[in-house]
Amino acid sequence: MLAALGMTSTAELYRDIPDEVLLKTPLNLPDGMSEMEVRAAMQALADKNKNYKTILRGAGAYDHYIPSIVKYIPAKEEFLTSYTPYQAEMSQGILQSIFEYQTMICELTGMDVSNASVYDGACAAAEAAAMCRDRKRNITLISESAHPDVINTVKTYCYGANMPFAIVPMKDGKTDIDALKGMLNGQTASFYIQQPNFCGLFEDAEVIAETVHEAGAMFVMGVNPIALGIMKTPRDCGADVAVGEGQPLGIPLSFGGPYIGFMSTTDKNMRKLPGRIVGQTADHEGRTAYVLTLQAREQHIRREKASSNICSNEALCALTVSAYLSVMGSEGIKKVAVSCMSKAHYLADKLTKIPGVRLAHKGEFFHEFLTTMPVCSCKVMEALDKEGILGGLPTDYGVLWCVTEKTSRAMLDRTAKIVKEVCENEACV
Amino acid sequence: MKLVFEVGKEGRGMSILPPLDVPEYELSPELSRKEAPHLPATSEIDVSRHYSALCRRAHGVNNGFYPLGSCTMKYNPRIDEEMASLDGFTHIHPLAPAEAALGCHEVMSLAKRYLCEITGMDNMTLQPAAGAHGEFTGLLLIKSYHISRGDLNRTKIIVPDSAHGTNPASAAMCGYTVVTTPSDENGCVDIEALKKVLGSDVAGLMLTNPNTVGLFDPNILTITRLVHEAGGLVYYDGANLNAIMGMARPGDMGFDCVHINLHKTFATPHGGGGPGSGPVGCKAFLAPFLPKSALCEYQSAPQVRGFYGNFLVVVKALTYIMTLGSKGIREASENAVLNANYLMQRIKGTFTPAFDHVCMHEFVLCLDEFKKETGVSALDVAKSLIDNGIHPPTMYFPLIVHEALMFEPTETESKEVLDEAADVMRELYKKAFEDPEYMRNAPHNAVIGRPDEVLAARKPVVRYTF
Repeated sequence: MLAALGMTSTAELYRDIPDEVLLKTPLNLPDGMSEMEVRAAMQALADKNKNYKTILRGAGAYDHYIPSIVKYIPAKEEFLTSYTPYQAEMSQGILQSIFEYQTMICELTGMDVSNASVYDGACAAAEAAAMCRDRKRNITLISESAHPDVINTVKTYCYGANMPFAIVPMKDGKTDIDALKGMLNGQTASFYIQQPNFCGLFEDAEVIAETVHEAGAMFVMGVNPIALGIMKTPRDCGADVAVGEGQPLGIPLSFGGPYIGFMSTTDKNMRKLPGRIVGQTADHEGRTAYVLTLQAREQHIRREKASSNICSNEALCALTVSAYLSVMGSEGIKKVAVSCMSKAHYLADKLTKIPGVRLAHKGEFFHEFLTTMPVCSCKVMEALDKEGILGGLPTDYGVLWCVTEKTSRAMLDRTAKIVKEVCENEACV
Repeated sequence: MKLVFEVGKEGRGMSILPPLDVPEYELSPELSRKEAPHLPATSEIDVSRHYSALCRRAHGVNNGFYPLGSCTMKYNPRIDEEMASLDGFTHIHPLAPAEAALGCHEVMSLAKRYLCEITGMDNMTLQPAAGAHGEFTGLLLIKSYHISRGDLNRTKIIVPDSAHGTNPASAAMCGYTVVTTPSDENGCVDIEALKKVLGSDVAGLMLTNPNTVGLFDPNILTITRLVHEAGGLVYYDGANLNAIMGMARPGDMGFDCVHINLHKTFATPHGGGGPGSGPVGCKAFLAPFLPKSALCEYQSAPQVRGFYGNFLVVVKALTYIMTLGSKGIREASENAVLNANYLMQRIKGTFTPAFDHVCMHEFVLCLDEFKKETGVSALDVAKSLIDNGIHPPTMYFPLIVHEALMFEPTETESKEVLDEAADVMRELYKKAFEDPEYMRNAPHNAVIGRPDEVLAARKPVVRYTF
């Protein structure tokens, strides 16, 4: 091949690189490995992690059961190894799958239009804040009861854009609506709450929606998609934009990623929605066709005038979500939600029978709740850890427990028993 | 073909969950959903066949040649996928105690170390989830740096007119005014034009090198020096890193921070549009501004995404780097550049390269003259490639070349594949003179013809209605 180019060495290919810049020594990387060696090396790294049999920790990453077929669908090479579907004629399969995903997100949230996904739930919240701003209204408000990573990500995006940002405090584990009223003004662009919130509690979303709308601002809800199996939709709560972390819908914990941010809104705001959107159209023979549409919003056309720079999103995760929702169906999602909520309440009842363990807040919760601990929570976690149980997350407000459909009643009983023993033994010392 | 909502039948479903083994808790009515969502009601075979049918209407790297310029569609080794699906990685909670996630932390620290070595950087974050996200993150570093020094008047970011559309969009997201500088006749940075816009109001320059026409800018050291002398920083867009690994490093060229696309250069798959991963590396003086997770790392640092980023994508990239090793990484780049030059050479004589010069890992054809002669456009040629089982190259980019087709064959294609692709291009060149109409109506063998994009945008149908 070099000969065809009239060259004798590959060095000639690099003649434009100034000599001062050319590397004179090999990269300081290990030698290459055979597939067998690399498998052993990676397996050894994986083996250094502890694979808990029971996970009672959530806080933004949820251990749900993933039906067997779900993981085989995104593994299909045509889906796995294709690029963004720029060439519609060659990408109808990908485009249709995104169209189906958009429909499912609209159905779950009650909204009219969904994009093809963004990086994760935190980015979805940040992108939502950006789409709600305009010349007159540029202040982003977010509730303290949202996930700390979401708050911090929204804050960072606002900092980037030189836009004002403030946190509305919480009271008794929920958004302080009086404080919110005091902070809303004619420059407020949007207010974000998480439903259920970081403490696990349901916010008074409809009251908040009214309050926010009275001030002329947009209301953004970050919702848990499994809870949507039974919980009132953001649309019915009065949200203008519904976003969230889609990981609970068939995506493994994966040490935090890849996950998927979903974003949906009303027809009225369709052209403000960032990211890829797939639309249905026809070819010249009238055959149904799917294309990337409304691209006038996007950076490759608007460049510095675009409201967002997102191109690559989480398409394969969107496919996973679609596959999961197809397998579960509306009955299945409801069953998962009821199971999570019922089991969480079962564990909460068991734990709060232990002297000194109380629910940190009143109010209705879904599958997460905060409890006080009469002893150092680290002792409780250690004891659970020995039994292969990852206990709740110790936070400033108490221990945040999460129960999903994966944990059996027997395991919940076992957990409560271990916690009780630790509390009693430590209390004696 | 049918939508997933149209396969299956009401009442159909699978037995996934056991019966509830605790008392059922009922959500209060005012919090409850009024109406169930419409979701598919399918059996497992319905789902399996539906997605298999969708697959037959898609084209991945495994289906055939995919020379999509700037996207580095190299083959994605299966071992990378398999390693990323180990339970010891997939079933680890991001908030597991550090001592229970030693392997995950080691994966991240190895990946950072190797990527720093390849790019010549000192520190790195794995949090950004894609290339554009990395650009945003890198510019945040630049912004925070200037602010930390009380240097508050730097409001401009310089972006060459050959840049990817994400560059100006990322700069705007960081509150900067974008100053576009022209390219010189070789498609490289016009030094005199650059000098004119440099000043105390410039925060930095964003640059892709090799640039989007596939050329390595020979003045790179002058460019970075000039920006530094003006007090600005230089950002390296890593979209084209696949050309120079082991040959030259952004850090040695004077760049202060870089983003890398693991889903391009490091062989992790694109998945039909993500998940990618866009780690950002920087020189030590920018490290204090790198993003962190508020919940995982308890620090009041900036943050661009939840937790640590697209961890499993990092696992795939690490597997790839460990497989290739020091020598293999360099060979990958050499072969990518060799393949691009070979393909360009084989096509030459028919279609015309925009810049007749030894290229890096990709090259751009300019079909301006060809279109005037035949009436066949770059789009028509691209669509005709589909009929030949080849994914079209990037079209109409960079903006500085008219009727552009940008080819990036990557190193994983054999000489035979390149020869076949060149033959197809030569055939299409002839065909355009013989039967231009045929090409204007391509593709002929795809599952659909050209879709009506105007209709799609004018009357948006963006969901199925039940």
